[in-house]
Amino acid sequence: MNIRLIISIAGSLLFARLKQTAVAAIGVTFSIMMFVTLLSFMSGLNDLLDGLILNRTAHVRLYNEIKPNPEQPLNLSEAYKNAHNFIRSVKSSNKRKEIYDNASIMKSLLHDPNVRGIAPRITAPVFFNDGAIEITGSINGIDVEAEGKLFFFNDYVTDGHPTDLKNVSNSIILGKGLAQTLLAEIGDVVQVTTSEGERFPLKVVGYFQSGLLDYDKVQSFASITTAQKLLGKSNSYITDIQIKLHDINLAPAKAIEYEQRFGVDAEDIKTANAQFETGSSVRTIISYAVGVTLLIVSGFGIYNILNMMIYEKMESIAILKATGFAGKDVQRVFMFIALSIGVVGGMLGLFFGFLLSLGIDQIPFNTASLPTIKTFPIRYNPVFYGIGAIFSFITTFLAGYLPARKASMVDPVVILRGK
Amino acid sequence: MNDTILEARNIQKSFDDPVKVQVLKDISFKIDKGEFVSVIGKSGCGKSTLLYILSTMDTIYDGDLLIDNQLMNGRKEVELARVRNEKIGFVFQFHYLLNEFNVLKNVMLPGLKLGKFSAKEVEEHAMEQLKKLGIDHLSHKMAGQISGGEKQRVAIARALINQPLIIMGDEPTGNLDKRNSEIVFEIFSQLKEEFNQTLLIVTHDLDFSGKCSRVIEMEDGRIIRQ
Repeated sequence: MNIRLIISIAGSLLFARLKQTAVAAIGVTFSIMMFVTLLSFMSGLNDLLDGLILNRTAHVRLYNEIKPNPEQPLNLSEAYKNAHNFIRSVKSSNKRKEIYDNASIMKSLLHDPNVRGIAPRITAPVFFNDGAIEITGSINGIDVEAEGKLFFFNDYVTDGHPTDLKNVSNSIILGKGLAQTLLAEIGDVVQVTTSEGERFPLKVVGYFQSGLLDYDKVQSFASITTAQKLLGKSNSYITDIQIKLHDINLAPAKAIEYEQRFGVDAEDIKTANAQFETGSSVRTIISYAVGVTLLIVSGFGIYNILNMMIYEKMESIAILKATGFAGKDVQRVFMFIALSIGVVGGMLGLFFGFLLSLGIDQIPFNTASLPTIKTFPIRYNPVFYGIGAIFSFITTFLAGYLPARKASMVDPVVILRGK
Repeated sequence: MNDTILEARNIQKSFDDPVKVQVLKDISFKIDKGEFVSVIGKSGCGKSTLLYILSTMDTIYDGDLLIDNQLMNGRKEVELARVRNEKIGFVFQFHYLLNEFNVLKNVMLPGLKLGKFSAKEVEEHAMEQLKKLGIDHLSHKMAGQISGGEKQRVAIARALINQPLIIMGDEPTGNLDKRNSEIVFEIFSQLKEEFNQTLLIVTHDLDFSGKCSRVIEMEDGRIIRQ
């Protein structure tokens, strides 16, 4: 009952000064709108940039690295066990690049509940022959389906069909840059020389464009069988196993686990691409900082307008108090005014922020390096709207609290006598 | 007729700024139910200060104040607001209506605050009061659109809405012309005669005080005659 009375008084004060309150609400609307739009746009951009690398990178990659054996014979010698041994001219050991017993490793990986999927791969350095010129590059033998599912391979094939790798024998998809250098068009045959000196003709069935120019200049893709044929290996030959986990944060721990369990080298995405995470978090922090600053500014707007309103309404406050309204009631009236400005302004801000995001989402954004992106990236995340709503509520509460307290302290005697 | 509504015992007040000035010195008196009391005195003699103390709005004083035989000293702000709401009706020199509301809502506000009756009942009571004062035709006008004399009558209706023990007025006719002053006085004496309403009016209008049943005269912070 009392609450209804307070709301009706607050409502009357609000509507008596509709323009002022509208200005205050527009301030909140604008800041919330920008806050939401900024966050949506920024995190859309983050997703895009992260996607450039993260989408195509395995969370954990199993492979055999060519490196010197950490256990040199001297260290195993009983006589020098406690000595500090200096060994010079250590050579890397000739290790097979093949992952040994990969079929059983893949089988046990598929049973791991943390693993979302795996994709086997063969990487092989090759030369592309264009007349007399040899261009260094590398061929990735891939499982097209797994690659498409886990690493969005299909998104980056700009011309041709990825499935042709499987359906057309001895086929290859060239990186766009590489294809331009080779002047190879779809349907052409390119000559490939392996490191063993074998020459092999492969038919071009598509172009691949990752967005990273250097990458596209050297990479090409073939099916696993083609790659095995090319290298003259058996059909169990695999050099890499790429693993995607359900939770990317488990990658470092899992990498260590797999390394020990399978006796191979394992590299996790966090170690390999640490700089991307830093970039993302810095961008996120900046957009939050700007958004919060906007909100604080609009909070000052509310504070000012409420203060003015209180000076204007001194008499009304005094009369309310004289006729039996307690300081607390007066404070509630002004808090209600502040919060209704905040809530209405905030809601409108969320709405217009959504519209603005939709608008930005329509703006064409074509860049040669990002074939899958046609418009500016926007991420629609309800969390941003929630944060915006909570922030608008908190800032208006804080901005309203001081003036409302001041109103509650008004001494009616001073006002009523002073006239 | 001898129920004491309001009692002041040895009330003293001084202002410290800029030098200590004692404005009220040892004020003691009683008001019984149904009395129509006016307080007169020259400007600056402390009569308004006294009224604001008696109305519980000014809480900084020495001495005891009893309203309805209850001690008011040292009570919380919320409790005093409740006392003002329930037991005291105010009429000020400058009508002091809330311009954001219409006449009816202005009258209803203290009643709604009291919360004893439903909004509908309060509205009925308010209409009754307005009718009693002959201004029910104004009930849906905004407070800013009516004349000074009408405003003062609306203020009286508002003072009456909670059927207070006492009506206090601070120069209620001070800002009105002679005709309207007379109307206001008529209303007050009618309230006293018909409803046995207790009134305490501060004024320096000697015409007005001359017609009251009891006059308290003040000078230099003391009561010199009552």
